[in-house]
Amino acid sequence: MLNFNKNSFKHGIHPPEHKDETNQLPIRQFPFAPVVILPISQHIGAPSEIIVREGMEVSRGQLLAKANGYMSVPLHSPVSGIVRKITNVPTISGKMTQGIFVEAFPFSTQEVLEGSPIDLENSTQEEILKGIQDAGIVGLGGAAFPTHVKLKVPEGKQCEYLIINGIECEPFLTTDHRVMLEQAEDIFMGIRYLIRATQAKKVIIGIEANKQDAADFLISKKPEDLQVEIKVVPVKYPQGAEKMLITSLLGKEVPSGGLPIDVQSVVVNVATTAEIGRLLPHGRGIQERVVTITGPAVKKKGNYLIPIGTPLRYVLEEVGVEENISEVYMGGPMMGVAVSNLDISIVKGTSGIVVFTDKEAKKEETIYPCIKCGACVDACPILLNPSKLGILAKFEAYDEMASNHHLMDCFECGSCSYVCPSNIPLVQYFRLSKTIVRKRKTDKQSA
Amino acid sequence: MLEKEKLTSNQHNMLNKTLHISTSPHLKKGVSTNTIMKNVVLALMPAVLFSIYSFGINALLIVLTAVISCVISEHILCYISSKKSTISDWSAVITGVLLGLILPPAFPLWMVFFGGMIAIALGKFVFGGLGNNVFNPALVGRAVLQAAFPVAITTWFPSFSPTRFQEVSSSVLTLPFMEPVFDGISGATPLSAFKFDHVFASNFDLIFGNIPGSTGETSAIFIALGGIYLISRNMMNWRIPFTLLLTVFLFSGILFLINDQLYPPPTFMLFSGGLMLGAFFMASDMVGSPITSLGVIIYSVFIGVLVVIIRVWGGLPEGVMYAILLANALSPQIDKLVKTRVYGTVKEKVKS
Repeated sequence: MLNFNKNSFKHGIHPPEHKDETNQLPIRQFPFAPVVILPISQHIGAPSEIIVREGMEVSRGQLLAKANGYMSVPLHSPVSGIVRKITNVPTISGKMTQGIFVEAFPFSTQEVLEGSPIDLENSTQEEILKGIQDAGIVGLGGAAFPTHVKLKVPEGKQCEYLIINGIECEPFLTTDHRVMLEQAEDIFMGIRYLIRATQAKKVIIGIEANKQDAADFLISKKPEDLQVEIKVVPVKYPQGAEKMLITSLLGKEVPSGGLPIDVQSVVVNVATTAEIGRLLPHGRGIQERVVTITGPAVKKKGNYLIPIGTPLRYVLEEVGVEENISEVYMGGPMMGVAVSNLDISIVKGTSGIVVFTDKEAKKEETIYPCIKCGACVDACPILLNPSKLGILAKFEAYDEMASNHHLMDCFECGSCSYVCPSNIPLVQYFRLSKTIVRKRKTDKQSA
Repeated sequence: MLEKEKLTSNQHNMLNKTLHISTSPHLKKGVSTNTIMKNVVLALMPAVLFSIYSFGINALLIVLTAVISCVISEHILCYISSKKSTISDWSAVITGVLLGLILPPAFPLWMVFFGGMIAIALGKFVFGGLGNNVFNPALVGRAVLQAAFPVAITTWFPSFSPTRFQEVSSSVLTLPFMEPVFDGISGATPLSAFKFDHVFASNFDLIFGNIPGSTGETSAIFIALGGIYLISRNMMNWRIPFTLLLTVFLFSGILFLINDQLYPPPTFMLFSGGLMLGAFFMASDMVGSPITSLGVIIYSVFIGVLVVIIRVWGGLPEGVMYAILLANALSPQIDKLVKTRVYGTVKEKVKS
């Protein structure tokens, strides 16, 4: 595809959006589940270290587990209650991890514990980063990467642009949309903290054109003294990916294998920004997050403020599901993971729950041979050749894929699989291939 | 209260259903390979109908025989190699229709059948079936027929013969392995008339198919109609027919400007012979063409130049078939040489 539009990255796809079903519904508080289950590994990096014992009473906002090193964040109690047990719990990936069961006091007022506030004006860069880590904040867009690590500008590098990611390109999800419409003040407060933390010279909020109302609202609410550019870009998946957003907004490409800071940028999700703006002035920890619960099989669709650790089964019982429920996804339908066990919890990285009935769920489709139609080549935002990679994957030529065809640049957006007329599970091939390449690499290093 | 309890227990049961799991993405665009193939067949229909209109029952029999032969061959070959039959992907039907359309209208049916078998067996199956074939199967079939039956394949039948809907030419019904006897044979196709007698057909006749020629190649307009349909449904790479036809037009235009006595006008080049059908339905075959946009352009220019060279200076009146077959053979190499720049990298040096 020729790229006539400067405010966009190359290629990409336009899946049906399905956002109308929830984007007009205000965020509502979700009821407290009788028991919340908090896995200690909700983020990328070292799992948190548990500091409570079974039988201990905890208040809402109290520390349950502390950060285990720099690449880790602490975990706070989302409810006032009692620690019932600490045992292995299932997670979305299928692995078991330690989890803390907190039984809520039924008649508690659920008052939040205050911590020591992080002063915006008088805190140092380091103190703000520490404050963000102490608040347990991770990327709420789905990646759950510890935000303080991302914000730390490496020595010798400079952060020119602070990009606030309000793209939300995943179909069905309206979490960020509602956050922008309802938490403008928190977002701008968060931006002030982020500017202090990164020393960024320019702030841009990137919003897709299907959320024009959010862009207009933010423009109207923008404080006079804050220099923020609010930029609306054309709708295209996967624009919410950091690299794609940087290209759309700045026209620059992040070098292969590099990070946004290599092009003087730091990208932070808009809901994460709002969370920073809300929590830091009070020194609180993160206890709840906005989750879009939607999909054709959900009866009471909506955007809910859900305590972290709420069991998925409880969530679905509360919103109600249709009889022909077939698949449940955590995250959006493009990159989200199909849930095999409803006894997992809403975690910090859960931006949405999408439930399909057997009508929408992908059928067992015939996989035809690759007819070299090139649809995947025209879809790949990283400009790879998924057709070629797919053929190599079939021959198990993983090293060839990595060394000559940039396999490791694939970030698994799924655009290739989405367009493939032959129903070849390309992105699944690449996920497997990447895992194998990484494993071979570590095996070689340890050998 | 009771109502609420009933509701939750009901919900509880639903949530105890076994969930289906699959890998992301959980959405699908919904255009499948066999939908594309069916649409190609549909897009060929104007050309098929026109061929029946202009050549009568002969054309109908030839196209039908070719389709039947291709589908049966594919089915049997799958059966022999104990693979699941692949006829439901409709690609064999396309090969059959195309083969039927590029044969002369008085061609013996047993030869058509033989051509269909060759097209599927040698053109497609030996390479590993759909998606793995190097050459366009229909053209492989025709190339073999041209080598095996040089007389039959260059004997043309007049279009719009008054008895075309009443009787079948005797040559069409020649018994298997017998030499056909041609009756009521007309003169040459416009291209051979130009080549050997230096006579040009008018543009009007060329566009509307009022000329002798292969069953489905005579009307430029009906072929283009189908091609435009496929392009509009995003099922064909528009760059291939566009670049190919442009190349032919420009190259022959330059020749015409140099010497308008010796070389034919570019419009004649464009609308005569198998160029239209080749450009829209054979060069554009996804399997045989390169995958990148730049590769596709190189491939199409190559075909265009070769067509003009063969037509103008070669020993044969028509060169579309060989030009496309040669380009098919080159296209994996083109894909290897044309490496697109990956996001976040500087342009790679070409590795050969």
